[in-house]
Amino acid sequence: MEIFLQQIINGLVQGSVYALVALGYTMVYGILGLINFAHGEVVMVGAMLALSALTAMIGWGLSPLLALPLSLILAMAGCMLLGYGIERIAYRPLRHAPRLAPLITAIGVSIVLQNLAMMIWGREYHAFPQLIANQSHHIAGAIINDIQIIIIIMALVIMLALMAVVHRTRLGRAMRAVAENQHAAQLMGVDVNRVISVTFMLGSALAAIAGLMVSVNYGLAHYYMGFLLGLKAFTAAVLGGIGNLRGAMLGGLLLGLIESLGAGYIGDLTGGFMGSQYQDVFAFFVLIAVLVFRPSGLLGERLAERA
Amino acid sequence: MNKFLNNKIIYFVVLAAVLLLPFATDALLGRGWVRIVDFAMLYIMLALGLNIVVGYAGLLDLGYIAFFAVGAYCYALTGSPHLATAFPMLFPDGLHLSFWIVLPMAALLAGGFGVLLGAPTLRLRGDYLAIVTLGFGEIIRIFMNNLNAPVNLTNGPQGISRIDPIQVAGVSLNATQEVFGITLPSVHLYFYLFLSFTVLVVFVSHRLEKSRIGRAWMAIREDEIAASSMGINTRNLKLLAFAMGAMFGGVSGTLFAGFQGFVSPESFSLMESVMVLCMVVLGGMGNIYGVILGGLMLALLPEVLRHSVVPLQQAMFGKTVIDPESLRMLLFGTALIVVMLYRPAGLWPSRVRRRELDTDEVAP
Amino acid sequence: MTALLELTGVGKQFGGLAALNRVSLHINAGEIYGLIGPNGAGKTTLFNVITGLYQLDSGKFHFAGQDYQSTMPHLLAQAGIARTFQNIRLFANLTALENVMIGRHQRTQAGVFGALFLNRATRTEERASADRARELLRYVGITKSSQTLAKNLSYGEQRRLEIARALATEPMLLALDEPAAGMNATETESLKVLLHDIRATGVTVMLIEHDVKLIMGLCDRVAVLDYGRLIAEGVPDEVRQNPAVIAAYLGSDNE
Ligand SMILES: Nc1ncnc2c1ncn2[C@@H]1O[C@H](COP(=O)(O)OP(=O)(O)O)[C@@H](O)[C@H]1O
Ligand SMILES: [Mg+2]
Repeated sequence: MEIFLQQIINGLVQGSVYALVALGYTMVYGILGLINFAHGEVVMVGAMLALSALTAMIGWGLSPLLALPLSLILAMAGCMLLGYGIERIAYRPLRHAPRLAPLITAIGVSIVLQNLAMMIWGREYHAFPQLIANQSHHIAGAIINDIQIIIIIMALVIMLALMAVVHRTRLGRAMRAVAENQHAAQLMGVDVNRVISVTFMLGSALAAIAGLMVSVNYGLAHYYMGFLLGLKAFTAAVLGGIGNLRGAMLGGLLLGLIESLGAGYIGDLTGGFMGSQYQDVFAFFVLIAVLVFRPSGLLGERLAERA
Repeated sequence: MNKFLNNKIIYFVVLAAVLLLPFATDALLGRGWVRIVDFAMLYIMLALGLNIVVGYAGLLDLGYIAFFAVGAYCYALTGSPHLATAFPMLFPDGLHLSFWIVLPMAALLAGGFGVLLGAPTLRLRGDYLAIVTLGFGEIIRIFMNNLNAPVNLTNGPQGISRIDPIQVAGVSLNATQEVFGITLPSVHLYFYLFLSFTVLVVFVSHRLEKSRIGRAWMAIREDEIAASSMGINTRNLKLLAFAMGAMFGGVSGTLFAGFQGFVSPESFSLMESVMVLCMVVLGGMGNIYGVILGGLMLALLPEVLRHSVVPLQQAMFGKTVIDPESLRMLLFGTALIVVMLYRPAGLWPSRVRRRELDTDEVAP
Repeated sequence: MTALLELTGVGKQFGGLAALNRVSLHINAGEIYGLIGPNGAGKTTLFNVITGLYQLDSGKFHFAGQDYQSTMPHLLAQAGIARTFQNIRLFANLTALENVMIGRHQRTQAGVFGALFLNRATRTEERASADRARELLRYVGITKSSQTLAKNLSYGEQRRLEIARALATEPMLLALDEPAAGMNATETESLKVLLHDIRATGVTVMLIEHDVKLIMGLCDRVAVLDYGRLIAEGVPDEVRQNPAVIAAYLGSDNE
């Protein structure tokens, strides 16, 4: 039972991160019908930027409680700029090209970002400085620490804020109009290009937050961390129903739980044949299962048909 | 000038050049380069296989190297002493199946994986296939890395070594052989083996391209909805393209395992998939000759970089600032972007030749 | 006459919008049938339903002896419905000849084996298929080289190439979505002749058209859609007098 509870906690923490990244995929998909393959790398860049900023600020003697939010803001700003640039360079010129084209440029962008990051930050794992006294709390035999609590709460707050933006503000209305019908939105005076840019920037800002969260949680950052994280967050988005914001959150949390419970119990399930090193395969099988049985995802509508 | 005669002369010159290539390379650049050329041939085969999927049918397969891995591990397991460690009772010396028996089995297995992967995704939008194949490439690597316990099937990250060399008509290609009084070192022998396979792959690609099936693939690539409205069963045809591409990958993989004598998960990373994709895109999606050109260029690029970038940096900074490996990947990524933006048909677009000829002939 | 195509209470919903609202109509074998209505009335949606691109939400349709409710586009094409698209959907980077030969796909057999070994049956089939395709190109009046890429043809030629490609599938029913859109008067006139020719070969023709004059002069019967509903059906003269039709056209700002 303790194991079960512990895995639930771990799953929720991991799931919150997936949900934040999945939101980025889903927002872009909702508006452009495009899978932004490079999104995972934006998460990585966010983590790396935050790490560099943090290390520098602590070196200047700044208090960690000040350095942490400052470096988060810096990372968010950097990622927003990056997201804006990616859209302008790799996607916008191809908006009317065959579908294959933006997928290929997206892969190109991922590779470029990954290798640039490797040149800048090196191949090694970077330890994330321990900044706050990270106290552990025992609940019914399971352990949860401060950082994990902060991650869950922060993710929740951010998601609620995003929902408010999308449903309550002018910008949100414009986003929904563009998602519904780009042409009609344009006719109604919405600046479609601006909305798309803003969407990319918003998604990238969330990615930066997620990047910082993962690195703080594991105490590590690495140039390759975005790849698998991106893949899983995409799975989460599909699981929830791609294009659907609530779906991304639900899918993220669910995937986190599936993964951590799966990793916790796979040994028992397979009679010791497979261990927790197979944790990363769950997401893949979830993805396949969703695509086979419910391609529209849990909360998604039927995939739009157009002719 | 007689155009027909002209073509024939060009044809023979090319043929002679290709046949003499290993000797010329050996004499001019050294034996190490012949080995590099051999690898380039493997990559060309891979790229031609991916070209069926991406170039003809317009399906983005981002885990293509996984099928290469399936083929390679197939032969590594059945053509080496390794199974003795996993099942000492069953195979005290390992299995040591003949390469020529494993080859078709590996092709079928790779094709089977292709179907398994394609079936759930191909009825959906193309992007899903891209993601699923991307994931599959990673999964295969996780399995290769971890299937060394509790039963040691893949030997984990260390990989499997001592794979039997390929034999042709009872003659091992791993030793220098005398043929008609000409001394052929092992790398030359493999060159001719790979050349034969490449020619076969080119032939198959060419025939498919000019067939009813090939046209249906291209129709799907151009406009899936219009294709299905013309009576094309798009799902089945996409599955066929995907499975055929996977089979080509499997075949190249077995050749790779036999040639190298050693396989490990490291050879099958995402970066390899990206590299093969880059060959297809850069050369010109859908055009066999463009893809060959792309394959050749990109297979030789790392060697060229190794021999130029490192000394250059040493001379300039006294140390290696950017290692050639990441520079190579950076170039690949940039190439994917730049080509799609400015030259989507690749360096050698497929219709040029056709428009020049402009005759009404159909099948050859 | 027997009905070749019969729609019974067909409905199609997009979110809250009823693009088709319980539409019932029938098309007789051998006639030229016109479908008109203001923009957004649901005409293209109706085509998409009977060609399997959209699954209908209610009702059913009957074509050539078979009931359909949900099915796939290629099965309907094989059953004998061929179509063109309002916003031309050719295989842009393939030649005109290849475009039409792709129309032959469902009437030919060759598989991977045939492709690789080019056996006699495959060679014969390929030749016949290419011959037929060239014949169809001439038939619809494309005089440019059959090796011209579809995207390099003129607008009118592209529209006609779509018709040739559709005819290559050997349809019983040819469904044309605004075939005269963007054509000049001469082109429209020759299109009219072509459609009469096609009907004379025994193919039933159904067309969506904005050009009311063209429809009235060409069609045996006409149906009018407005906001997803069938508001009139009958011979052209009758329909023209119909007050609901007049209201629909006056009430909308186009045409
Ligand atoms: N795939 C779709 N998704 C949402 N709405 C659609 C779709 N297809 C058509 N519609 C809507 O259905 C209505 C009928 O469209 P359509 O059949 O194209 O009209 P017509 O061809 O008569 O001009 C329009 O309001 C259109 O916006
Ligand atoms: Mg229409």
